[in-house]
Order: sequence, then C-alpha cells, then structure tokens
Amino acid sequence: MSEEVAAEILTTHILDLAAEGKRLDGRGPDEYRKVSIEPGFVATADGSALVRIGTTAVVSGIKLEPGKPFPDTPNAGVLTTNAELIPLSNAIFEPGPPQPGAIEVSRVVDRAIRAAETVDLTRLCVTPGEKSWVCYVDIHVLDHSGNLIDAALLAALAALTHSTVPAKRFEIAESDYPLEVHHFPVECTFVRLGDTIVVDPTFDEERAAQGRITVATDEVGRVVAMQKGLVGAFSPDDVKEVVRRAFAHGERLRAVAKGGSA
Amino acid sequence: MGSVGAKDVPVLLSPDGLRIDGRRLDELRPMKIQVGQLHNADGSAFVEWGMNKVMAAVYGPREVHPRHLQQNNKAVIQCKYNMAAFSVDERKRPGLDRRSQEISKVIGEAFESVVFAEEYPRTSIDIYIEVLQANAGTRCAGLVAASLALADAGIPMVDLLPAVAVGKVAGKIALDLKKEEDNFGEADLPMALVPQSGRLVLLQMEGHMTEPELAEALELGVQGCREIYEKMKQALRERYSVGPAGGSA
Repeated sequence: MSEEVAAEILTTHILDLAAEGKRLDGRGPDEYRKVSIEPGFVATADGSALVRIGTTAVVSGIKLEPGKPFPDTPNAGVLTTNAELIPLSNAIFEPGPPQPGAIEVSRVVDRAIRAAETVDLTRLCVTPGEKSWVCYVDIHVLDHSGNLIDAALLAALAALTHSTVPAKRFEIAESDYPLEVHHFPVECTFVRLGDTIVVDPTFDEERAAQGRITVATDEVGRVVAMQKGLVGAFSPDDVKEVVRRAFAHGERLRAVAKGGSA
Repeated sequence: MGSVGAKDVPVLLSPDGLRIDGRRLDELRPMKIQVGQLHNADGSAFVEWGMNKVMAAVYGPREVHPRHLQQNNKAVIQCKYNMAAFSVDERKRPGLDRRSQEISKVIGEAFESVVFAEEYPRTSIDIYIEVLQANAGTRCAGLVAASLALADAGIPMVDLLPAVAVGKVAGKIALDLKKEEDNFGEADLPMALVPQSGRLVLLQMEGHMTEPELAEALELGVQGCREIYEKMKQALRERYSVGPAGGSA
C-alpha cells in the first residue's frame, strides 16, 4: 500500500474521530501536548534551547555578531530569523535550499518576535548608522511530529531569554552581558478537522487539516502575529474563538518558557 | 576554524605529559551515546563526545530521490553531513559548502563499504548527520552516530564503524584531538575502522608527520576505535535489552 493511500485512510479516520470530539492520541480538542524546554543546550551558541512538544523536537541557537544597521533604521540593531526543516526531522523534507514551508515558519516566528518587541533593537545599536549587533535566530528542527511554528517560537524565545551578548569577545565592551528580553510572545496553532478546531496539531492532523491558524499572543494581552495556512477556511467567529483559546494556552506556555516544563 | 590569533597559542602539553584538558596522550574524551531518540526517522543516534553534539538519522531503505540515481542491483547510500549555524564560534551560513560535501562523500563511501546494499536493490538508504555543537572531530562523531542509527534502523552491515581522529600535538602523537589541539597541533588524521576485519574505510590526513609517527598514529587510532566500538555496542545493548534490569526497548 502506498504512502499516499495510507495517509488518506488515516485522514478519514482522524476526521471521523474529530466529529466525536476525539483525537488519535487520546487528547481533547483543546488539549496541548506535553511541553519541555532545555535552555543552554548548545554551548557554542550565545543562547540556545531544545524544545519538545510531544515528540516534536526543535533546537534554537542565537548568535550575536557585530554588523551594520540598515540605512532606514540607523539606530537599531538587526534581527534575522532562519528555520531549517532538515531531512533528518521527517521523511517529507529533502536536502537543499529552504522550501516555502521553512520560510513560512521563519517569517511567522520573526513577525511575532518583532511585533512583540521581544528584544529592543535600539539597544543592539553600537554606533548609529555604522555599527550594531546582528542577532541571528537559527531554528533547527530535529523531529517533526507537527506544530513546528509553536515549537520554533518557544525555542527561539527560550534561547533569547538565556542569551549573552559576547561584547568582550568582539571588543565592544569590557565584559559580556545578558541580552535583555522585554516581552514574551508565544504562538498557538490550531487546525480545522471538520467542524472541530483542535489545538497543537500532530503531523497527521496537519495532513488531514482543512485549514491551519496560528495566533501569537504576548504577556500584556496583545495579539502580535497571526497566520492562516494550508487549504481551508475560517469564519470570523472561528478566529475569535481561537484567539480566546490562544490567550489561555499562551499564559501556560509562557510559564513553561520561563520556568522549565509542564 | 577559530578566530584566535597566533599570539594566543596555548600550552598543548604539560611537562608531565598531560594535555590541555588533563588527558593522557592515548585517552579519549568522555562520550555519551543515546540510540533511538528520534520518532520520525527509521533509526537515530545522538552522540555527545567531548564538546561535540551530533545527531544522526537514517531513513530507508526507501524510494530513491532523485530517481535517476536508482541502481538496479543495490541500494544507493546517500549521506548528508550538515552543521547548524550555531554549532561553531563564528556563525556558519546555513547551506551546503565544499567542506560538508566532501565529508558527506567520504562518510557515505565508508558506509557503502560495510552495508549489505545488494539486499535492497532500487532503494535508497539516506543518512543525515547534523552537527549541533562542534569541537573538533565532528566527522568521527557523525560516523559513530550514523553507524548506530543504521543499526537502529535495522540495516544489515558487516560491522559497526567506530571512528576517531589521531593527531600530532606538541610533537607527540595524541588520540582524539579537541579544538585547540586541532587548531594549533601539527597534524590531524581521522579514521574509521571495521573492527571485524581490522581495515580502515575512512582515512584522511592534514598536517605533517614522519613515517614512524604515521605508523604510531595508525596504531593509536585503531586502538582508540576498538575502545569506541565497545561503547557503541554498549549503547545498542542499553537501547535494546529487555527484562527486569533492562532498558526501555
């Protein structure tokens, strides 16, 4: 039996279960998988974290290097986010340059970090117009079992929160100092399975999904980024519902990002 | 690799013959191996070796992509060695570079020498090695991890492939170089051994050694590989032993 046929049968099963409010792994529609965060996973990075959501595993590493501010923002440092959906993490990925899926993950994560003003970029400026820090947020997916966007931002946030600016190494200041993190955005992703909208989709649920929607919230009650993805549609009432649910999950996820596991 | 200037050359060997991290010349760095950590791959292994952290995964035997590489009489073995951007001191630009491609090639060929590829014609066995944290010896750590990932995937092989680099540090032949020794030492000689036959299926060298030194280095490397071989078998036993005192298979 081909992989495509097996996936189709599984999709039918997932949709049948969802109609009864059930999920393949036994969770309820609004139940998130177990989340754990291991900060400082990579010693060569200036900040890092390994995040697991169920069997999804993502590593994020932060690198800070001196560079030049963009001409239109001479008083600000530079932040760039890059996600690598490497073939090690799932059979669907092939080696090569980043595919649209990887670029979408990077950009949705980047928007949340930026809009929430997680890092005050003006504090990363060294000499206006000439010298600033470039903060690279690199996201490396090790095990793709669904919901990469949430895992990627959680990993990035935990890594940023535990980052050190290597000012001494680059002879910019006398000593290294912790990177200041001002806000704590977290993403919360849902997929539509028939009339049911479930949180934190697995890989198989994403494949069965009739639309995916991600809402990023921060700790002061702002929605800071959204993304509707995959083929499918949501009504404005659906959107209001997932925003409400995203805030509830966000609060708990933020506590995990700051503290450890739950 | 590093950005440290020549003025900072460290003392690589103490008067009493100990290395920068306190090891003897014939001593390996600490090694921790976990087999079967990943859920999506058919086989996987995570190796922490000194300050290296390397994850390897195996997919297959499966359909060949791209199709034109398919062989009618055996499986093709495709290896991709990749370094995460944050795995080194200076951020590495993501993507393929010449070094990674060369390492992928020689590692892939090492495995072609031991895998019974003729058992799986018209398929591909894909090996992915991801270096998450690098501190000299990543290709050897990658080989060890990939070899265990192949075993975890149930791919039949002649033997596991232990690997280690031997080098020349402050004029002495030393086992398993760490970063400072690699940067400031006189030679680096990574190798992978088929323990059953005593033959080498990966061998590279950079630097300079005399003929007697090379002979000594080969001997030390083989001895190091045999030590690593025991650790690899132990890691597989931990993954697959069952029973009251056993692991989590």
